[in-house]
Amino acid sequence: MISVHGLHKHFGGFRAVDGASIEIAKGSITGLIGPNGAGKSTLFNVIAGVYQPTSGKVVMDGEDITGLPPHALFHKGLLRTFQIAHEFSSMTVRENLMMVPGGQVGETLWNTWFNRRRIREEDRALAKKADDVLDFLTISHLADEKAGNLSGGQKKLLELGRTMMVDAKIVFLDEVGAGVNRTLLNTIGDAIVRLNKERGYTFCVIEHDMDFIGRLCDPVIVMAEGKVLAEGSAASIMQNEAVIEAYLGTGLKNKVKAEAEAGANA
Amino acid sequence: MDLLNALVTLLNFVVIPAASYGAQLALGALGVTLIYGILRFSNFAHGDTMAFGTAMVILFTWWLQGMGVHLGPLPTALLALPFGIAVTAALVLFTDRAVYRFYRRQKAAPVILVIVSMGVMFIMNGVTRFIIGVEEIRFEDGERFVITAGEFKKMTGLAEGLAFRSTQAITIVTAIIVVAALFWFLNRTRTGKSMRAFSDNEDLALLSGINPERVVAVTWIIAAGLATIAGTLYGLDKAFKAFNYFQLLLPIFASAIVGGLGSPLGAIAGGFLVAFSEVGFTYAWKKVATYVLPDSLAPDSLLQLMSTDYKFAVSFAILIIVLLFKPTGLFQGKSV
Repeated sequence: MISVHGLHKHFGGFRAVDGASIEIAKGSITGLIGPNGAGKSTLFNVIAGVYQPTSGKVVMDGEDITGLPPHALFHKGLLRTFQIAHEFSSMTVRENLMMVPGGQVGETLWNTWFNRRRIREEDRALAKKADDVLDFLTISHLADEKAGNLSGGQKKLLELGRTMMVDAKIVFLDEVGAGVNRTLLNTIGDAIVRLNKERGYTFCVIEHDMDFIGRLCDPVIVMAEGKVLAEGSAASIMQNEAVIEAYLGTGLKNKVKAEAEAGANA
Repeated sequence: MDLLNALVTLLNFVVIPAASYGAQLALGALGVTLIYGILRFSNFAHGDTMAFGTAMVILFTWWLQGMGVHLGPLPTALLALPFGIAVTAALVLFTDRAVYRFYRRQKAAPVILVIVSMGVMFIMNGVTRFIIGVEEIRFEDGERFVITAGEFKKMTGLAEGLAFRSTQAITIVTAIIVVAALFWFLNRTRTGKSMRAFSDNEDLALLSGINPERVVAVTWIIAAGLATIAGTLYGLDKAFKAFNYFQLLLPIFASAIVGGLGSPLGAIAGGFLVAFSEVGFTYAWKKVATYVLPDSLAPDSLLQLMSTDYKFAVSFAILIIVLLFKPTGLFQGKSV
């Protein structure tokens, strides 16, 4: 689906992404984990067209998409959400969703004045679709609420809903779970699994919550210091020495190990 | 009777002139605020866009008059407006392609764009003067008055007259129509909503199906339309002189900032606030006071707070006061 080859993104002397190569298989929910500052979000931003890579290539379904602007990627079915949820705060939740699909009839000045009927029909269809999406996400009651008034978790759901307004092929979720309570996190997780199963979305998920990753993701890719450290099933990753060291540092690793052994001996 | 006379004087010298001036400022400030909200910089070239647009309208007015076309009691300039807007829109779109787009792609800081817009301002300045000259030009035709002071006195038998010039009436009516159309556009149409979305959250708008170049182009077209309309109304009401539009930049920016940059409602409120203060502070209140106060208290002086030469100081003062107490403006725009 997406292959990243030897990607570098440097900010001055700092190598945020330092030669990462990853492969995201079609139909998978791929997890991307790593300690803070590992370069996960930068990698996301390069793939999503926010940053130009210093070097390297991003290929989607055999097509080179390196450095395309975000709205061009959007039209190819590559969508992303933000670590800190973004929304059009002065618009209602329904309007937020209705904004998403591109190439609408009402987008040109000419049609705005001279093609009113087709715009009305299109609007009605979009509103219907938006309501279906809100239904799917179990937040129908918020349709007419201003998006700026939503809670952090509800905004994350809205972000997910945005990807459902168009036929997304692959969705990059940047820390959907950050600052979200358990119950809502489960709702989000369920929605992701259903979208993956029922609509065939491919997901790439950045997340720190290991339970969440373990429940959803296979495979899991671990990044540290701008490089890919390990890749495999969630279970195997959690046993991986190098991963534990990257997360906890050597001293803590030995302590954890010692505790585990002590626990085994007792 | 004295109270009525005072009221009529007030209407005649303060309320009506300030209302039409306020409407002109509001339309100008709306253009500035839209550019700020969507393109994220203060467009110093807006005053000269107004001058250029008005110059175009004047040329088309002369052409129409030459063809023998008239609008009866209304000024021919109204008929020339769409042509003027079209040419001005073409010019600003060209400017965007030739100048601003480069800096947008570089993700230049707003302050750089402001300086760039000053460069554009000087060029537009020159182009306008080159085309139409630096002289004062009057281009109104049709009926001069809705009601003259003499007619009003005869009608009511009051000592004070109330003159209502047709250009003032046209200004206020046009402003109401334009503002209503603009708000309908921004709130009800897909294009307008895209613009608001872009203003709300640019990152998200870029990652949705919104085509940023189209939003930018539409914004420029609307700004050109607003500038041309505001400039033409000002020119009809007073007279056209390229330099006057350059000077208008200050009260227009004061209006937009006082209302809250990026907030269309604020721009309108700001326009009227600035206009009423400017007229109020520079008007000699002696006549009104003489009518209202008992004879023993009748003032000897003119009761004029400051000479009209200093009217631009009023905009400055309002600007500073509002920014001190409410840095984001009265209507919570983006912080400056």
